[in-house]
Amino acid sequence: MLMLVCPYCGVTAEETEFAPGGEAHLSRVGPDGSDEAFEAYLFARANPKGVHLERWRHAYGCGKWFLAARCTATLEVFGTYPAQSKGPPPAVLDRIADRRGAGAAARVGRGAPDAS
Amino acid sequence: MSDVTVTRATPQGMVTLKLPPGDVAWGPALAALGLSVPAVRRLERAGDRAALWMAPDEVLLLVPDPAAALAALAGPLAGAHHLAADVGAARVVFAVAGPRAREVLAKLCPVDLHPAAFPAGSARRTRAAQVACMLWAEAADDLRLSCFRSVEGYVADLLTLSADPAGSVGLFRA
Repeated sequence: MLMLVCPYCGVTAEETEFAPGGEAHLSRVGPDGSDEAFEAYLFARANPKGVHLERWRHAYGCGKWFLAARCTATLEVFGTYPAQSKGPPPAVLDRIADRRGAGAAARVGRGAPDAS
Repeated sequence: MSDVTVTRATPQGMVTLKLPPGDVAWGPALAALGLSVPAVRRLERAGDRAALWMAPDEVLLLVPDPAAALAALAGPLAGAHHLAADVGAARVVFAVAGPRAREVLAKLCPVDLHPAAFPAGSARRTRAAQVACMLWAEAADDLRLSCFRSVEGYVADLLTLSADPAGSVGLFRA
């Protein structure tokens, strides 16, 4: 059972109260992008075995979207944070580094200098 | 003999109020109804009126007269980006009361309903079996469940089955 904490409600709820929304922190490709870049934006997803940043929605609760860092293999949740974030906050990255090593934290934290 | 009663409450006037989180109009709007702004996942009650926290930008008002409540809200909300609508006709409220009330709901909802985790005055949206609902605790052993009227029969059947004395499991007993 996957348990997530909604950062808006503060409730710890089980998976069935949430709706998954796929990979987080995708950068939109606009009209100036190439066909290849747009195709990658639409269809290419990371799908790692390990630490993954995801979008979730508290569908049966407050209805808000939020982001979660979890392990796709063990369902360990490293933290959840508001959807208005450009990258995982330092507390979540620290937790990932603590549990899975600095390499895993650097991989998901890469490209997200603004983690505020 | 029953240690839990499930009753369909009389029609309850409901007004949903949406404002940006932290908007200055929150306080005056609820004060116009004699209520204060509910904290996260809390119920604020004043007599026959109550405010239920639904989301960071949404509160559900339980009022005896929705039209009068909307009129009272119009002044404080003037100029604010908001939504206030009478939604009472869309929903029904079930009162689940008695020492076994928490157990009856715990069988249906993925929520920790222990009195310490969900004390009187708590409110939260969740699901009951397969449909969305909201729960709140008027008192320690007086819980309310509200769902859409379109699924009233389904929820009534669920509560009847869950409250059957033969299905008692003795949870949350002191």
